[in-house]
Amino acid sequence: MSKKIIELRNLRKNFIVGEVVVHALRGISLDIEEGEFVAILGASGSGKSTMLNIIGCLDTPTSGDYKLDGLSVAGLNKNELARLRNRKLGFVFQSYNLLPRTTALENVELPLLYNPAIKSHQRRELAMNVLEAVGLADRMHHMPNQLSGGQQQRVAIARALVNDPVVILADEATGNLDTRTSFEIMALFQELNRNGKTIVFVTHEPDIAKLTKRNIVLRDGNIIKDTVLNETIHARSLLESLPVNPDYD
Amino acid sequence: MNYTNLFKIAINALLRNKMRAFLTMLGVIIGVASVIAMLAIGQGSKKSIQEQVSKMGSNMILVFPGSQSRGGVQMGFSSSKSLTLDDIEAIAKECPSIKMVSPEVRGNGQAIYAGSNTPTNIYGGNEYYLAIKKINVISGRAFTSADIKYAAKVCLIGQTVVNNLFGENADPVGSYIRFKNIPMRIIGVLEKKGQNTFGQDQDDLLIAPYTTVQKRILAITHIQSILASAVSEESSPAAVIEVENVLRKNHKIRDLQEDDFQVRSQEELVKTFSSISNILTILLGAIAGISLLVGGIGIMNIMYVSVTERTREIGLRMSIGGRGVDILMQFLTESVLLSVTGGLIGILLGIGASNAVGSIMKWPIAITTESVAASFLVCTAIGIFFGWYPARKAAELDPIDALRYE
Ligand SMILES: Nc1ncnc2c1ncn2[C@@H]1O[C@H](COP(=O)(O)OP(=O)(O)O)[C@@H](O)[C@H]1O
Ligand SMILES: [Mg+2]
Repeated sequence: MSKKIIELRNLRKNFIVGEVVVHALRGISLDIEEGEFVAILGASGSGKSTMLNIIGCLDTPTSGDYKLDGLSVAGLNKNELARLRNRKLGFVFQSYNLLPRTTALENVELPLLYNPAIKSHQRRELAMNVLEAVGLADRMHHMPNQLSGGQQQRVAIARALVNDPVVILADEATGNLDTRTSFEIMALFQELNRNGKTIVFVTHEPDIAKLTKRNIVLRDGNIIKDTVLNETIHARSLLESLPVNPDYD
Repeated sequence: MNYTNLFKIAINALLRNKMRAFLTMLGVIIGVASVIAMLAIGQGSKKSIQEQVSKMGSNMILVFPGSQSRGGVQMGFSSSKSLTLDDIEAIAKECPSIKMVSPEVRGNGQAIYAGSNTPTNIYGGNEYYLAIKKINVISGRAFTSADIKYAAKVCLIGQTVVNNLFGENADPVGSYIRFKNIPMRIIGVLEKKGQNTFGQDQDDLLIAPYTTVQKRILAITHIQSILASAVSEESSPAAVIEVENVLRKNHKIRDLQEDDFQVRSQEELVKTFSSISNILTILLGAIAGISLLVGGIGIMNIMYVSVTERTREIGLRMSIGGRGVDILMQFLTESVLLSVTGGLIGILLGIGASNAVGSIMKWPIAITTESVAASFLVCTAIGIFFGWYPARKAAELDPIDALRYE
């Protein structure tokens, strides 16, 4: 049995809005092991982002336990959480969140700036390697506004990979992209996963979710379904089945 | 995050909005430049007054008749005839801290030479008078004790009077002029002293033996003031006390009675004028400081705008491991960079402006290292102080809210 990367035990999260308590997560228990590719599905407002933010150490649960890579996160202070995010986690957002007027390479280097153990020449080398791995070797010195949405998301994925995290967390990472580009991004995620990366992927699109290896469905802050997909669909083959030059007439 | 990286990030952020960065700095630039210029003017006037006063004489002690006030009413200096030649003798004999002493009498009138005439002042003293007042004779000779003894009709002439009566560059030694109808032979010409700080022409005068001025011109027997020279600057205060004691004894003034004379030292004058110009400097500096403060508020304003604009960037930086202190330092570096760059430009501009004012307005200017160093430190402090609140606001953002910010 392989190593547990994420262990959630009876996780609850309440938001207090005025006098109303919103129960965003109502007792989630979940294990994710090394090498898994998990999609978290559910309608809007079901608690997907809330769960991912807690897994990502951006937020802390109201109650319950969370162990990341064997380490209990409860009780860590803000700086310790920041350190965890820097060393063990990689985020990919729906809206890319690249720094404007900053080259792809510098955007990718960014997480390493917050790691004093990494010297500047290493930083450059690591960033170039991951940009190459996401297929942007020729776009390193481009600014975000010179890149397409798909390319920008690849830069963001490279940024998430550069510190070699134990898990990549993506929240609606294909939400802003068209079908073809979404499949391209999914193909990249599949490749990363094949090479051993653990990925937790939030989406509300079943078509995208079926490209992962496990689907967890949330409703009103509860897990209502948790299925392992045995037969892998390759995003590459879906791409080939799409018309090459769609007719827009 | 190390300092090189912080510095790079701050520079890039500022370069992204060059015009805005420049306008923000402009507040600091103007503030610092005016502080430097105002201090230069203040310090300059202080220095020039000190120089003027020290040119007035060598460790001079002045004695005027009359007490400073009577029943609260300020009396004119020459309101009394209390000073006499006996006093001079007593001071010369009994005051060990006094090197030289001379009486002074003065009058004004018309000086006439051939067809020209000019109003001027005549001063009378003894053979030490010139040395006490640091006046040099550049042509001819000074008067001797024989001239004093016989009340010789001789005089020394200042440059302005030479120009008015004889024309520029003339050497009038040996010529006769008439002052209040007394014919006087010019035996020497005085070195040019220029204007003093109060704009008075120090070369518009004649100097003659005091006996001549007393008997032949003013027809008086008393003297109007006493000039003395202390052995050294340090002995000035002691000399003042010695002179006071001698004069009280000579004038038979009892213990609780008020003096009928006043003793002032050049040293005191320097102090008084210095403190006046110190107040002036502080006042000018404070007014300029207010504009520097406004510059600082400008930085604070722009930093708040910048933090709001870059909320998502802050959220992103936090999500990839930036700690609160990293974010704080990032924005603080930016504001300090703004204020320090502005400060450096302001210092250069201030030095330039001070020199320009100095040469155009002919004002004395003194730029001190202290004022430059202080301005620089104040700028850094302003960057930190006014950058602190916006930077702290950035550092305290919640990463999730910041990432979601539209
Ligand atoms: N910061 C917050 N304050 C108050 N309520 C929140 C906050 N974040 C999320 N919620 C609420 O929690 C629930 C789950 O939200 P979220 O996790 O964003 O859902 P999803 O990502 O599945 O659309 C929703 O009802 C939402 O309104
Ligand atoms: Mg969501």
